[in-house]
Amino acid sequence: MKKKTIGKEYIFTALILFVVLAVTMVLDSQLPSYHIVIKVIKKASVYSLVAVSMNLLNGFTGLFSLGQAGFMLLGAYSYAVLCIPVAKRAGVYQYFDGGIVKFSLPEVFAGFLGDKVGAAVGMILALLVGGLIAAFFAYLIGLPVLRLKSDYLAIATLGFAEIMRTIIQWNAIGPLTNASNLLKGYPDFSSATAYLLLIGVFIACVVLLVNSTYGRAFKAIRDDEVAAEAMGINLAHHKRLAFVISSFFAGVGGGMLAMYMGAVPAMSFRSSMTYEILLLVVIGGIGSITGSVLTSFLYIAALEWLLRGLDTGKFLGITAPGLFKNGFRMAVISVIIMVVVLFFRKGIMGDKELPDLLRRHTKKGGGEK
Amino acid sequence: MQGILPYLISGISVGGQYALIAIGYTLVYGILRLINFAHGDVFMVAGLIMVYTTASMPMYISIPLVLIFTVILGFAIERVAYKPLRTAPRMSLMISAIGVSYLIQNLAFYLTGGLPQPVKTSIPWISDTITLFGASTKRVTVVTPVLTIALVFALVALIKKTKIGMGMRAAAKDFETAQLMGVKINSVISMTFVIGSFLAAVGAMLYFTNYPTVAITSGGMPGLKAFVAAVFGGIGSIPGAVVGAFLIGLCEEIIKGLGQSTFSDAFTFALLIIVLCVKPTGLFGEKVTDKV
Amino acid sequence: MKKILALVLALVMALGLVACGDKGGEQQEGGTPNTTGEEKVVKIGVFEPLTGDNGAGGKQEVLGMQYANYVQPTVDINGETYKVQLEVVDNRTAAENGPSAAAELVNKGVSIVLGSYGSGVSMAGGTVFAEAGVPAIGVTCTNPQVTSDCDVYFRICFLDPFQGTVLANYAYKELGVDTAYLLGMLGSDYDQGLIYYFTQAFEKLGGKVVAENFPEGNANFVSYINNAKAANAGVIFSPVSINYAQLIVEAAAAQKFEGTILGGDTLDSNMVVEAAKGKDVDVKITTFYQEGGNPEFDAGIKEWINANADAKTNNGGNDMVSAVTVMGYDAYFTALEAIKAAGSTAPADILAALPGVTYSGISGEIAFDDIGDAKRDAAYIKTANTETGAWDFVKIQGID
Repeated sequence: MKKKTIGKEYIFTALILFVVLAVTMVLDSQLPSYHIVIKVIKKASVYSLVAVSMNLLNGFTGLFSLGQAGFMLLGAYSYAVLCIPVAKRAGVYQYFDGGIVKFSLPEVFAGFLGDKVGAAVGMILALLVGGLIAAFFAYLIGLPVLRLKSDYLAIATLGFAEIMRTIIQWNAIGPLTNASNLLKGYPDFSSATAYLLLIGVFIACVVLLVNSTYGRAFKAIRDDEVAAEAMGINLAHHKRLAFVISSFFAGVGGGMLAMYMGAVPAMSFRSSMTYEILLLVVIGGIGSITGSVLTSFLYIAALEWLLRGLDTGKFLGITAPGLFKNGFRMAVISVIIMVVVLFFRKGIMGDKELPDLLRRHTKKGGGEK
Repeated sequence: MQGILPYLISGISVGGQYALIAIGYTLVYGILRLINFAHGDVFMVAGLIMVYTTASMPMYISIPLVLIFTVILGFAIERVAYKPLRTAPRMSLMISAIGVSYLIQNLAFYLTGGLPQPVKTSIPWISDTITLFGASTKRVTVVTPVLTIALVFALVALIKKTKIGMGMRAAAKDFETAQLMGVKINSVISMTFVIGSFLAAVGAMLYFTNYPTVAITSGGMPGLKAFVAAVFGGIGSIPGAVVGAFLIGLCEEIIKGLGQSTFSDAFTFALLIIVLCVKPTGLFGEKVTDKV
Repeated sequence: MKKILALVLALVMALGLVACGDKGGEQQEGGTPNTTGEEKVVKIGVFEPLTGDNGAGGKQEVLGMQYANYVQPTVDINGETYKVQLEVVDNRTAAENGPSAAAELVNKGVSIVLGSYGSGVSMAGGTVFAEAGVPAIGVTCTNPQVTSDCDVYFRICFLDPFQGTVLANYAYKELGVDTAYLLGMLGSDYDQGLIYYFTQAFEKLGGKVVAENFPEGNANFVSYINNAKAANAGVIFSPVSINYAQLIVEAAAAQKFEGTILGGDTLDSNMVVEAAKGKDVDVKITTFYQEGGNPEFDAGIKEWINANADAKTNNGGNDMVSAVTVMGYDAYFTALEAIKAAGSTAPADILAALPGVTYSGISGEIAFDDIGDAKRDAAYIKTANTETGAWDFVKIQGID
């Protein structure tokens, strides 16, 4: 970190990111908001953010947590509860007399910032609040469970996520969460560009964090806890920090998933969602943010769109209704996942990032820090 | 109005079923230090095999077939998904387990068309309704705990008395030293998977006789709860897993009886977190110190 | 090198994605007839769960549409004959898959959508249909919120408030029960909605309820049945999805529960009645249609199901006609009426024409009110015949 010159590879990276953004903007202007491509970009963006948040914990800090769905759930509900327009509350909370929250953040801000800007500010604020609530719960649950060893931590956080889901569905807090009934009617960003920009900012934060002193401490903990402690890294503090920050981004991601879904039931945030995201992280490469993002986009595009033919009888011009029936798509995807887990253990990217790839390509061997 | 009795009967029966699954977890964890996430799904597949075989074959063929196929599945999973990762970090192993679970569920989904499969021909005798102290229940409720205890005694004898059992104990104590001492580690590990799957198959037959619908997610919850039971009893310990399973089964039914069923699953997980934080070694577990 | 290869591959795929996307954009002009060969085609989207908790019900609903399509494969629009093509997309019962499944349908250029079984996923899909301006006809989604908050959603079935009240009236007045035990799945808006309206109506009549929830994936209902017995409940009202209903019936039989198991339209499935067959239980349900109500239709669909192995499997292995199948059939013809009335295949025209559409279906007269809900004032009550393994008609019940 002595030289402050920016390498060519970073310029290329910026260029690639810019091209992606430009393409998305073009798509946004050309395609209607309900087009499948727009939906794919939106969902993939959300999954990228959540996968990156999980990677921060599992990949960079070496804490094997399976609580992601629980934190997403908190973020999703916070966002929905804070953003449902007041006029719609009586309908949404039909069994709970319109609920106890009687305001809507986008509307509050629309009051003095103008309709468009105010609504956007309110929505983003609600996302952040969702993240903070998730982070707060992560802090609380982290106090006891972060002392646990790898697999015990995994199972404890998994249990925590299930407990959260039960509590949210509990009738006694129905006026707040609408219990078993879904929340809906809240606003959404109609353009995919907005999603991309939002996750861009959040993922950039993670990248900065990973490359900071804290990030290096996290990696040291991952590589060898005892050695890290001997080097003067406060284990408890750094683990908690990683856990809380990861949960914050998971919460924000959950809020965005709610946005995308248009209606949010607690039922969606099962442990299988955590597994799905974990497998994305693994395929992308544990410890590679680029890998997580890339895999999320490939996975969602394949799952929601490109491979749908596998379920409906026709794929790549091959018609085989007997073989290509319901569920074949998921079966194929899970076989691919197993192959990666067993034979390409480093995933698509290993622990490399986009600039690393470009660096090796542009100036051979000259990429030391 | 028979008071608490029906809940206790039901609790013991549920506990017996959890116990049969929990042994599979505890054996594998004892040796490989792996939470075998796919174990619950093996249990589910055993149920599916039972649905299909009992529908087309007489009982004396279909029951052995369920046992054989399930054991083969457990064995194959270990060979394909865990053996290549023996030297890899524990996290990779666990990820592989999650991947296998995902794969089994999706394949089962594909093959069953995503629909829950009702058990149309249930195993005779144990599925009859009987009256016990004035409470009516299926006979399987009574058979389950008895059979569970009998199998546990057989298993303990196997581990104490036979050569392969000694190998298992040695591997659980110290994996590498056991290997150096000439224990055929691969066959020992295969054996634990075989035993675990066998018991899961027995458990599945009892479970799905009692609750006769097999959905592809049927294995998830019993699997997780059985794992909690194994942790509660002290993971690696067979009597611990059994006692833990019975305790959890009883607690669950009593909570339902108290009208707090919303939290019957959440309670199990809360118990897990508390046990892990207060006494990670569980009721019967040995203290393990991690080497640097 | 492998890394670069992977990256290149990924880029190619991404580019392919963009390219396909543009193509998709061109062809989807919302229902413009695709001229494949000589024939003109109008596409009807089927937005149904084929997998997941509601997979069984969804498949039976699709069967009705497929049979209808078999009976009436064409529609005349302004004197021209169009072939009707069903586009089936699986929404996997889950709300998180709703938007993309709905977008997929819109992308295929459907003129109108039918479905879904299950209200949650209908609401999630509804936002996409509203954005795209594609009209949708709910077949058996009974939650009031599906249509009240969505301009493009209509429906041909009755609603939860109606069904809950009908069941409460039936339990209190006809069965003479004053204590009801209500059992629903935690997290299922369908179950909880019906339980809410049942409670309201039942308590108004002077009855007493005990309500409990079971967690998702629960298979052991023994203790719940014991709780119902302990509460001295005369009925167990459990409007749950089919697989839980099977287990509840099973547990009630094993525990010798002497009252009635009462359920909503989801229980109207041959799988539930099969679970009750040969056992000592009393199962009664409300539903949209009674088999035997229209012998000609029944004979036709049975013949079709028996001739088609896939259809038979999807129907649970026999040819018993479920009410949801009939509703799917009626929904298809209602959609055809709307297309005819609009005189065009453009979704916007059909949407404009839909409120005025009336159709005399197998399940009764179909007409929409201001919100887009069907005007229905009667439900059929059926009981499971434990000897024959079929549903027997009991009576038609309204709210009075």
